[in-house]
Amino acid sequence: MKKTISKKEIEHVSSLANLPLKNSEVEKFTVQLSEVIDYNISLLEKINTENVLPTAHVTGASNIQRADETQPGLSQQEALQNTKSEHNGFFKVKPILSRG
Amino acid sequence: MELTNLTIKKANEGLKNKQFSAVELTKSIFERIEKFESKIDAFLLLTKELAKKQAEKTDLLISENQSLNTLMGIPVAIKDVIVTKGIKTTAGSKILADFIPPYSATIYESLENAGTVLIGKTNLDEFAMGGSTENSAFKVTKNPWDVRRVPGGSSGGSAAAVSAEMCIYALGTDTGGSIRQPASFCGVVGIKPTYGRVSRYGLIAMASSLDQIGPITKTVEDAALVLNVISGWDKRDSTSVDLEVPDYTKFLTGNVRGVKIGVPGEFFGSGVDKSVKETTETALKRLEQLGAKIVEVSLPRSKEALAVYYLIMPSEASSNLARYDGVRFGNERETFGSEVKRRIMLGTYALSSGYYDAYYLKAAKVRSLIQKEFAEVFKTVDLIASPTSPVLPFKIGERVDNPLQMYLADVLTVPANLAGLPGISIPCGLAQELPVGLQLIGDHWQEGSILNMAYTYEQNFLFSEKPKL
Repeated sequence: MKKTISKKEIEHVSSLANLPLKNSEVEKFTVQLSEVIDYNISLLEKINTENVLPTAHVTGASNIQRADETQPGLSQQEALQNTKSEHNGFFKVKPILSRG
Repeated sequence: MELTNLTIKKANEGLKNKQFSAVELTKSIFERIEKFESKIDAFLLLTKELAKKQAEKTDLLISENQSLNTLMGIPVAIKDVIVTKGIKTTAGSKILADFIPPYSATIYESLENAGTVLIGKTNLDEFAMGGSTENSAFKVTKNPWDVRRVPGGSSGGSAAAVSAEMCIYALGTDTGGSIRQPASFCGVVGIKPTYGRVSRYGLIAMASSLDQIGPITKTVEDAALVLNVISGWDKRDSTSVDLEVPDYTKFLTGNVRGVKIGVPGEFFGSGVDKSVKETTETALKRLEQLGAKIVEVSLPRSKEALAVYYLIMPSEASSNLARYDGVRFGNERETFGSEVKRRIMLGTYALSSGYYDAYYLKAAKVRSLIQKEFAEVFKTVDLIASPTSPVLPFKIGERVDNPLQMYLADVLTVPANLAGLPGISIPCGLAQELPVGLQLIGDHWQEGSILNMAYTYEQNFLFSEKPKL
């Protein structure tokens, strides 16, 4: 079955991705994403992957840990040097809670 | 003496023997940039002042008769997706148009410690997403062999700069072919090491399980020399692997007698241009003359490699690029270019609730099958050979609006990334006056074996043609 993605789905994904799109981009991506996903899935769905584990690290490294000790990092000034919205030495972010 | 056409090896000898100074070498590079950069547009930033200081440091050491490292005083161009402390790094994106990194990538620290001279930062497809360098938000780099054509990508600026002799060597990054394919298009050498061989700390991430940094050079020996400096475990990159780094030049014996080269039929299929195929087949015959054994092998799963790649890569990219929210650094998310938006959308879709199992997880499983298939083949052969790119450098603008067609150009390079294998591209001839690259893929950690095969080819069938600028 040919996989098509609806305009509504594209708008939903755009909000999940926090990626504002223009109307023309929504139209364009509706067509292009359908095309690419359909190409990919039409090939992959034919392959039996029962009992196959997914690959995370190609040469098998896993759970690399270090001692839980503090280490020197960026100074406050360095951490802030690229921000455009600073307030009293802090990053200024958009509000995530509003007064009821 | 023409200094800009020197290799690392020759430049190092010249510096040691005091035939010229590091300042003179750097000066001649900048004179060449002055002459040709307007035609090629390889650089996003030139670091002339810094280069002068770094070169003077080398000259001071030489005047004191101190011993000289291989890369000391040698001018390098670095892809602008590798962060350099205090030096603007944009990833070819408007979102990072004025980003000044507060720290350096591990590999840049290694190069600084080795005393190399930074010439500038090179152009790339935005966030390394693309195969033509046309997706850069700032400029389109031209192929020195024909300025109407693309240099390949995403490390197009680095490959074009080496080809046009506007640096002695360069660094690129390779997620699905982004070192090997532009090296092929520009007639130079490019190697993607085994995943985990080189630290990715300070490489602005696209797809973390695929990205790897590597050198773009004029000769195979130079690639080995750079690999010696940038390879190794890094505690700041937990995906790098703690394995001893050999001296890669020790592998360059020029003897390939009895070495088995697997040639997968799938890599010479219908999508490969006739002229590319013929040139590569001639190269394989030449390797046979030199004593290598050509063995037919089959990698049927490589058919699905592109489909796996175009699910895993955008998924990881969409997650990595979530950090660009305009708070800590960078501009608002609207400033992403078209290809970046497309991949964020693809990846977010593939990871979204209800689709994760069918898309991302399915792709990660097929990826395991692709790896297994390579592992089986490497039980019978020492390395695998194919063309690097199925097509010759294409015309600027020809493929921009057709993502699927653009993605198909990665079909021969993507499998090595999915399996984490090292791969090299070397120029093996011209077709229609454009360079053709031969790709050699080795088993995990077998950089030495592909370097020696490439070196032996180069020593016997030197690619001496140069672009006419």
